[in-house]
Amino acid sequence: MRPSPLRRTIGAPVVLVALCALLPAAADAHIVEGEAVGFVSGVMHPLSGWDHIIAMVAVGIWGAQLGRPAIWALPVTFPLIMAVGGFLGLIGLKLPGGEIAIALSGVCLGTAVVLEARPPLWGAAFPVGLFGLFHGYAHGAELPPGENALLYSLGFVLATGLLHATGVAIGLVHRWRWGRMALRAVGVGILGGGLVFLFGAVA
Amino acid sequence: MNRRVVGLGAACALLLAPQVAEAHLVVTGMGPLYDGITHFALSPEDSLPVIALAFYAGLQGPLHTRTLLGVLPAAWIAGGLLIAATGIAPQPVLAPAATAMLLLGVGILLASNFGLPSWACALVALALGVLRGGADAVGVAMSGSTAIDLLGMAASVFTLFALAASVTLPLKRFWMIVAARVSGSWLAAVGLLLAGWVIRYGARVQ
Repeated sequence: MRPSPLRRTIGAPVVLVALCALLPAAADAHIVEGEAVGFVSGVMHPLSGWDHIIAMVAVGIWGAQLGRPAIWALPVTFPLIMAVGGFLGLIGLKLPGGEIAIALSGVCLGTAVVLEARPPLWGAAFPVGLFGLFHGYAHGAELPPGENALLYSLGFVLATGLLHATGVAIGLVHRWRWGRMALRAVGVGILGGGLVFLFGAVA
Repeated sequence: MNRRVVGLGAACALLLAPQVAEAHLVVTGMGPLYDGITHFALSPEDSLPVIALAFYAGLQGPLHTRTLLGVLPAAWIAGGLLIAATGIAPQPVLAPAATAMLLLGVGILLASNFGLPSWACALVALALGVLRGGADAVGVAMSGSTAIDLLGMAASVFTLFALAASVTLPLKRFWMIVAARVSGSWLAAVGLLLAGWVIRYGARVQ
Protein backbone atom coordinates (compact mmCIF):
# COMPACT_ATOMS: atom_id res chain seq x y z
CA MET A 1 0.00 0.00 0.00
CA ARG A 2 1.36 3.38 -0.95
CA PRO A 3 2.26 5.54 2.06
CA SER A 4 0.30 8.74 2.50
CA PRO A 5 1.85 11.94 1.12
CA LEU A 6 2.43 13.21 4.66
CA ARG A 7 4.32 10.09 5.64
CA ARG A 8 6.24 10.09 2.40
CA THR A 9 7.39 13.65 2.68
CA ILE A 10 8.22 14.34 6.28
CA GLY A 11 7.60 11.24 8.31
CA ALA A 12 6.03 10.76 11.72
CA PRO A 13 9.10 11.52 13.84
CA VAL A 14 9.62 14.88 12.20
CA VAL A 15 5.92 15.72 12.59
CA LEU A 16 6.17 14.95 16.28
CA VAL A 17 9.22 17.13 16.66
CA ALA A 18 7.54 19.99 14.78
CA LEU A 19 4.49 19.78 17.05
CA CYS A 20 6.71 20.06 20.07
CA ALA A 21 8.51 23.01 18.56
CA LEU A 22 5.28 24.83 17.79
CA LEU A 23 3.93 24.50 21.31
CA PRO A 24 3.77 27.83 23.15
CA ALA A 25 6.94 28.57 25.00
CA ALA A 26 6.68 27.23 28.53
CA ALA A 27 5.83 29.81 31.14
CA ASP A 28 8.24 29.44 33.98
CA ALA A 29 8.22 31.10 37.36
CA HIS A 30 11.83 30.14 37.92
CA ILE A 31 14.79 31.30 35.95
CA VAL A 32 16.83 28.16 35.46
CA GLU A 33 20.32 29.37 35.03
CA GLY A 34 23.07 27.38 33.47
CA GLU A 35 21.13 25.09 31.10
CA ALA A 36 22.22 26.62 27.81
CA VAL A 37 25.64 27.19 29.27
CA GLY A 38 25.71 23.55 30.43
CA PHE A 39 25.51 21.78 27.07
CA VAL A 40 27.58 24.32 25.13
CA SER A 41 30.18 24.42 27.90
CA GLY A 42 30.31 20.65 27.87
CA VAL A 43 30.88 20.59 24.13
CA MET A 44 33.58 23.24 24.36
CA HIS A 45 35.49 21.63 27.22
CA PRO A 46 37.22 18.82 25.25
CA LEU A 47 38.02 21.43 22.64
CA SER A 48 39.67 23.65 25.22
CA GLY A 49 43.17 22.38 24.61
CA TRP A 50 45.08 21.13 21.60
CA ASP A 51 46.70 18.45 23.75
CA HIS A 52 43.26 16.90 24.19
CA ILE A 53 42.16 17.42 20.60
CA ILE A 54 45.19 15.79 18.96
CA ALA A 55 44.96 12.76 21.23
CA MET A 56 41.28 12.16 20.56
CA VAL A 57 41.66 12.59 16.82
CA ALA A 58 44.69 10.28 16.91
CA VAL A 59 42.58 7.57 18.56
CA GLY A 60 40.15 7.73 15.66
CA ILE A 61 42.89 7.69 13.04
CA TRP A 62 44.69 4.77 14.64
CA GLY A 63 41.42 2.86 14.92
CA ALA A 64 40.79 3.42 11.22
CA GLN A 65 44.29 2.18 10.41
CA LEU A 66 43.74 -0.96 12.48
CA GLY A 67 40.33 -1.67 10.97
CA ARG A 68 37.68 -3.84 12.56
CA PRO A 69 37.04 -4.15 15.44
CA ALA A 70 39.46 -1.45 16.64
CA ILE A 71 37.77 1.15 14.42
CA TRP A 72 34.81 1.18 16.81
CA ALA A 73 36.36 -0.44 19.91
CA LEU A 74 38.89 2.35 20.46
CA PRO A 75 36.31 5.20 20.19
CA VAL A 76 34.24 3.27 22.72
CA THR A 77 37.13 2.60 25.10
CA PHE A 78 38.45 6.15 25.25
CA PRO A 79 35.19 7.97 26.24
CA LEU A 80 34.18 5.27 28.67
CA ILE A 81 37.51 5.19 30.50
CA MET A 82 37.70 8.96 30.18
CA ALA A 83 34.41 9.10 32.08
CA VAL A 84 35.97 6.90 34.76
CA GLY A 85 38.82 9.39 34.98
CA GLY A 86 36.34 12.25 35.07
CA PHE A 87 34.50 10.51 37.87
CA LEU A 88 37.73 10.13 39.84
CA GLY A 89 38.54 13.79 39.28
CA LEU A 90 35.08 14.87 40.38
CA ILE A 91 35.16 12.89 43.62
CA GLY A 92 38.51 14.42 44.46
CA LEU A 93 40.82 11.46 44.03
CA LYS A 94 44.42 12.45 43.33
CA LEU A 95 46.05 11.11 40.18
CA PRO A 96 49.62 12.34 39.82
CA GLY A 97 51.39 13.08 36.57
CA GLY A 98 48.27 14.04 34.65
CA GLU A 99 49.80 16.69 32.42
CA ILE A 100 52.76 14.49 31.53
CA ALA A 101 50.46 11.56 30.75
CA ILE A 102 48.30 13.76 28.54
CA ALA A 103 51.36 15.00 26.66
CA LEU A 104 52.64 11.43 26.36
CA SER A 105 49.32 10.41 24.82
CA GLY A 106 50.05 12.70 21.88
CA VAL A 107 53.56 11.29 21.58
CA CYS A 108 52.54 7.63 21.80
CA LEU A 109 49.43 7.82 19.65
CA GLY A 110 51.24 9.94 17.09
CA THR A 111 54.01 7.35 16.98
CA ALA A 112 51.46 4.57 16.56
CA VAL A 113 49.92 6.39 13.61
CA VAL A 114 53.31 7.08 11.98
CA LEU A 115 54.46 3.48 12.34
CA GLU A 116 51.01 2.05 11.57
CA ALA A 117 51.51 -0.06 14.66
CA ARG A 118 49.39 -3.20 14.65
CA PRO A 119 49.25 -4.66 18.15
CA PRO A 120 46.47 -7.07 19.14
CA LEU A 121 43.21 -5.39 20.12
CA TRP A 122 43.97 -5.43 23.83
CA GLY A 123 47.41 -3.99 23.06
CA ALA A 124 45.74 -0.99 21.42
CA ALA A 125 42.86 -0.65 23.85
CA PHE A 126 45.06 -0.67 26.95
CA PRO A 127 47.15 2.44 26.19
CA VAL A 128 44.09 4.19 24.73
CA GLY A 129 42.18 3.48 27.92
CA LEU A 130 45.09 4.54 30.09
CA PHE A 131 45.44 7.85 28.28
CA GLY A 132 41.67 8.29 28.39
CA LEU A 133 41.80 7.92 32.15
CA PHE A 134 44.22 10.82 32.50
CA HIS A 135 42.39 12.99 29.98
CA GLY A 136 39.15 12.41 31.84
CA TYR A 137 40.76 13.05 35.19
CA ALA A 138 42.09 16.40 33.99
CA HIS A 139 38.63 17.41 32.81
CA GLY A 140 36.85 16.11 35.89
CA ALA A 141 39.14 17.84 38.33
CA GLU A 142 38.48 21.23 36.75
CA LEU A 143 34.75 20.94 36.06
CA PRO A 144 33.02 24.09 37.28
CA PRO A 145 29.98 24.14 39.55
CA GLY A 146 26.78 25.85 38.51
CA GLU A 147 26.40 23.93 35.27
CA ASN A 148 23.52 21.71 34.31
CA ALA A 149 25.34 18.49 35.07
CA LEU A 150 23.47 16.19 32.68
CA LEU A 151 23.61 18.51 29.67
CA TYR A 152 27.25 19.37 30.41
CA SER A 153 28.21 15.69 30.61
CA LEU A 154 26.27 14.97 27.43
CA GLY A 155 27.98 17.77 25.53
CA PHE A 156 31.33 16.68 26.88
CA VAL A 157 30.96 13.05 25.80
CA LEU A 158 29.41 13.98 22.45
CA ALA A 159 32.26 16.33 21.62
CA THR A 160 34.78 13.63 22.52
CA GLY A 161 32.97 11.09 20.39
CA LEU A 162 32.76 13.48 17.46
CA LEU A 163 36.50 14.12 17.67
CA HIS A 164 37.04 10.38 17.46
CA ALA A 165 34.65 10.22 14.52
CA THR A 166 36.62 13.00 12.84
CA GLY A 167 39.77 10.96 13.31
CA VAL A 168 38.08 7.86 11.90
CA ALA A 169 36.85 9.84 8.90
CA ILE A 170 40.36 11.16 8.28
CA GLY A 171 41.77 7.67 8.76
CA LEU A 172 39.51 6.18 6.10
CA VAL A 173 41.95 7.45 3.44
CA HIS A 174 44.11 4.59 4.63
CA ARG A 175 42.71 2.45 1.84
CA TRP A 176 44.79 4.38 -0.70
CA ARG A 177 48.57 4.53 -0.94
CA TRP A 178 48.63 8.31 -0.94
CA GLY A 179 46.28 8.18 2.04
CA ARG A 180 48.66 6.03 4.03
CA MET A 181 51.45 8.51 3.39
CA ALA A 182 49.18 11.42 4.32
CA LEU A 183 48.21 9.73 7.55
CA ARG A 184 51.85 9.23 8.44
CA ALA A 185 52.39 12.94 7.89
CA VAL A 186 49.45 13.67 10.16
CA GLY A 187 50.96 11.27 12.69
CA VAL A 188 54.22 13.19 12.57
CA GLY A 189 52.28 16.35 13.31
CA ILE A 190 50.53 14.70 16.27
CA LEU A 191 53.83 13.35 17.52
CA GLY A 192 55.42 16.78 17.21
CA GLY A 193 52.55 18.40 19.07
CA GLY A 194 52.85 15.79 21.81
CA LEU A 195 56.56 16.50 22.16
CA VAL A 196 55.90 20.22 22.48
CA PHE A 197 53.35 19.61 25.23
CA LEU A 198 55.66 17.11 26.92
CA PHE A 199 58.45 19.66 26.96
CA GLY A 200 56.08 22.19 28.46
CA ALA A 201 54.88 19.72 31.08
CA VAL A 202 58.33 18.68 32.31
CA ALA A 203 60.09 22.03 31.91
CA MET B 1 19.91 8.68 4.95
CA ASN B 2 17.01 6.82 6.66
CA ARG B 3 14.21 9.30 7.44
CA ARG B 4 13.61 7.72 10.81
CA VAL B 5 17.22 8.27 11.76
CA VAL B 6 17.00 11.87 10.61
CA GLY B 7 13.77 12.39 12.49
CA LEU B 8 15.13 10.86 15.64
CA GLY B 9 18.27 12.96 15.34
CA ALA B 10 16.10 16.07 15.03
CA ALA B 11 14.13 14.98 18.09
CA CYS B 12 17.36 14.58 20.04
CA ALA B 13 18.50 18.02 18.92
CA LEU B 14 15.25 19.50 20.17
CA LEU B 15 15.64 17.70 23.47
CA LEU B 16 19.04 19.28 23.89
CA ALA B 17 17.69 22.76 23.22
CA PRO B 18 18.07 24.79 26.41
CA GLN B 19 14.58 25.10 27.78
CA VAL B 20 12.70 24.47 30.98
CA ALA B 21 13.43 21.01 32.27
CA GLU B 22 13.60 18.80 35.31
CA ALA B 23 11.46 19.40 38.34
CA HIS B 24 10.16 22.73 37.18
CA LEU B 25 6.54 22.90 36.19
CA VAL B 26 5.97 23.26 32.47
CA VAL B 27 2.89 25.29 31.64
CA THR B 28 1.84 25.31 28.01
CA GLY B 29 -1.52 26.93 28.59
CA MET B 30 -3.25 24.01 26.90
CA GLY B 31 -4.04 21.97 29.99
CA PRO B 32 -2.27 19.39 32.13
CA LEU B 33 -2.21 16.67 29.47
CA TYR B 34 -0.13 18.80 27.14
CA ASP B 35 1.90 20.08 30.08
CA GLY B 36 2.82 16.49 30.81
CA ILE B 37 3.68 15.81 27.16
CA THR B 38 5.89 18.89 27.04
CA HIS B 39 7.47 18.19 30.41
CA PHE B 40 8.72 14.85 29.15
CA ALA B 41 9.76 16.19 25.76
CA LEU B 42 11.88 18.90 27.37
CA SER B 43 13.52 16.71 30.01
CA PRO B 44 16.64 14.92 28.77
CA GLU B 45 16.93 13.08 32.08
CA ASP B 46 13.63 11.40 31.13
CA SER B 47 14.07 10.96 27.42
CA LEU B 48 17.69 9.80 27.22
CA PRO B 49 17.25 6.58 29.22
CA VAL B 50 14.01 5.90 27.34
CA ILE B 51 15.77 6.25 23.99
CA ALA B 52 18.64 4.02 25.17
CA LEU B 53 16.25 1.35 26.44
CA ALA B 54 14.26 1.54 23.22
CA PHE B 55 17.41 1.11 21.12
CA TYR B 56 18.32 -1.90 23.23
CA ALA B 57 14.83 -3.41 23.00
CA GLY B 58 14.88 -2.93 19.23
CA LEU B 59 18.18 -4.79 18.98
CA GLN B 60 16.74 -7.65 21.02
CA GLY B 61 13.72 -8.11 18.78
CA PRO B 62 9.95 -7.61 18.51
CA LEU B 63 9.05 -9.55 21.67
CA HIS B 64 11.20 -7.35 23.88
CA THR B 65 9.99 -4.21 22.14
CA ARG B 66 6.32 -5.08 22.54
CA THR B 67 6.79 -6.04 26.17
CA LEU B 68 8.57 -2.85 27.12
CA LEU B 69 6.19 -0.70 25.09
CA GLY B 70 3.47 -1.75 27.50
CA VAL B 71 5.47 -1.92 30.72
CA LEU B 72 7.37 1.37 30.53
CA PRO B 73 4.48 3.88 30.26
CA ALA B 74 2.45 1.94 32.82
CA ALA B 75 5.38 1.95 35.24
CA TRP B 76 5.82 5.68 34.65
CA ILE B 77 2.24 6.34 35.69
CA ALA B 78 2.48 3.93 38.60
CA GLY B 79 5.63 5.56 39.94
CA GLY B 80 4.13 9.01 39.65
CA LEU B 81 0.86 8.03 41.30
CA LEU B 82 2.75 6.32 44.10
CA ILE B 83 4.57 9.54 44.94
CA ALA B 84 1.43 11.63 44.53
CA ALA B 85 -0.71 9.33 46.68
CA THR B 86 1.77 8.86 49.51
CA GLY B 87 2.96 12.45 49.54
CA ILE B 88 6.55 11.27 49.91
CA ALA B 89 9.06 14.05 49.31
CA PRO B 90 12.29 12.32 48.28
CA GLN B 91 15.61 13.96 49.01
CA PRO B 92 16.51 16.35 46.15
CA VAL B 93 19.77 14.51 45.51
CA LEU B 94 17.95 11.24 44.73
CA ALA B 95 16.60 12.36 41.36
CA PRO B 96 19.96 13.14 39.71
CA ALA B 97 21.51 10.11 41.43
CA ALA B 98 18.80 7.88 40.00
CA THR B 99 19.26 9.47 36.58
CA ALA B 100 22.98 8.75 36.72
CA MET B 101 22.44 5.12 37.67
CA LEU B 102 19.77 4.65 35.02
CA LEU B 103 21.95 6.12 32.28
CA LEU B 104 24.91 4.04 33.39
CA GLY B 105 22.92 0.83 33.61
CA VAL B 106 20.89 1.19 30.44
CA GLY B 107 23.91 2.53 28.57
CA ILE B 108 25.98 -0.52 29.53
CA LEU B 109 23.11 -2.78 28.53
CA LEU B 110 22.91 -1.16 25.10
CA ALA B 111 26.67 -1.05 24.62
CA SER B 112 27.13 -4.72 25.49
CA ASN B 113 23.93 -5.77 23.69
CA PHE B 114 23.69 -8.41 26.40
CA GLY B 115 20.77 -10.72 25.69
CA LEU B 116 18.46 -10.37 28.65
CA PRO B 117 15.22 -12.37 28.56
CA SER B 118 12.10 -10.28 28.00
CA TRP B 119 10.96 -10.56 31.61
CA ALA B 120 14.29 -9.20 32.83
CA CYS B 121 14.02 -6.33 30.37
CA ALA B 122 10.57 -5.68 31.73
CA LEU B 123 12.06 -5.36 35.21
CA VAL B 124 14.56 -2.81 33.92
CA ALA B 125 11.72 -0.87 32.29
CA LEU B 126 9.74 -1.10 35.51
CA ALA B 127 12.63 0.37 37.50
CA LEU B 128 13.15 3.14 34.94
CA GLY B 129 9.46 4.00 34.77
CA VAL B 130 8.86 4.02 38.51
CA LEU B 131 11.98 6.09 39.29
CA ARG B 132 11.47 8.69 36.59
CA GLY B 133 7.71 8.78 36.99
CA GLY B 134 8.17 9.40 40.69
CA ALA B 135 10.69 12.16 40.06
CA ASP B 136 8.37 13.81 37.53
CA ALA B 137 5.45 13.62 39.93
CA VAL B 138 7.44 15.66 42.43
CA GLY B 139 7.99 18.26 39.75
CA VAL B 140 4.37 18.55 38.65
CA ALA B 141 2.84 18.27 42.12
CA MET B 142 2.11 22.00 42.17
CA SER B 143 -0.06 21.73 39.07
CA GLY B 144 -2.92 20.14 41.00
CA SER B 145 -3.63 17.58 38.28
CA THR B 146 -0.82 15.13 38.64
CA ALA B 147 -2.69 12.20 37.15
CA ILE B 148 -3.44 14.00 33.90
CA ASP B 149 0.14 15.27 33.72
CA LEU B 150 1.37 11.71 34.16
CA LEU B 151 -0.96 10.55 31.43
CA GLY B 152 0.57 13.09 29.08
CA MET B 153 4.06 11.98 30.08
CA ALA B 154 3.16 8.32 29.58
CA ALA B 155 1.85 9.15 26.11
CA SER B 156 5.17 10.83 25.31
CA VAL B 157 7.08 7.87 26.72
CA PHE B 158 5.06 5.47 24.60
CA THR B 159 5.55 7.52 21.45
CA LEU B 160 9.26 8.15 21.90
CA PHE B 161 9.92 4.52 22.83
CA ALA B 162 8.06 3.29 19.76
CA LEU B 163 9.89 5.70 17.46
CA ALA B 164 13.32 4.92 18.89
CA ALA B 165 12.78 1.15 18.89
CA SER B 166 11.66 1.36 15.27
CA VAL B 167 15.14 2.70 14.43
CA THR B 168 17.05 -0.31 15.73
CA LEU B 169 14.47 -3.05 15.24
CA PRO B 170 15.07 -3.49 11.51
CA LEU B 171 18.84 -2.99 11.66
CA LYS B 172 20.80 -5.62 9.81
CA ARG B 173 23.97 -3.83 8.76
CA PHE B 174 26.90 -4.39 11.06
CA TRP B 175 28.06 -0.79 11.23
CA MET B 176 24.57 0.48 12.11
CA ILE B 177 24.28 -1.97 14.98
CA VAL B 178 27.74 -0.89 16.09
CA ALA B 179 26.66 2.76 15.95
CA ALA B 180 23.69 1.99 18.21
CA ARG B 181 25.95 0.18 20.67
CA VAL B 182 28.52 2.98 20.61
CA SER B 183 25.74 5.42 21.55
CA GLY B 184 25.07 3.20 24.55
CA SER B 185 28.68 3.41 25.67
CA TRP B 186 28.56 7.18 25.42
CA LEU B 187 25.37 7.32 27.48
CA ALA B 188 27.02 5.12 30.09
CA ALA B 189 29.92 7.60 30.13
CA VAL B 190 27.43 10.44 30.67
CA GLY B 191 25.88 8.53 33.56
CA LEU B 192 29.27 7.99 35.15
CA LEU B 193 30.17 11.68 34.89
CA LEU B 194 26.79 12.63 36.31
CA ALA B 195 27.35 10.23 39.21
CA GLY B 196 30.64 11.94 39.97
CA TRP B 197 28.95 15.28 39.82
CA VAL B 198 26.24 14.15 42.26
CA ILE B 199 28.88 12.88 44.68
CA ARG B 200 30.78 16.13 44.49
CA TYR B 201 27.96 18.64 44.55
CA GLY B 202 25.12 16.63 46.06
CA ALA B 203 21.70 18.24 45.96
CA ARG B 204 23.09 21.30 44.17
CA VAL B 205 23.26 19.29 40.93
CA GLN B 206 20.66 20.65 38.49
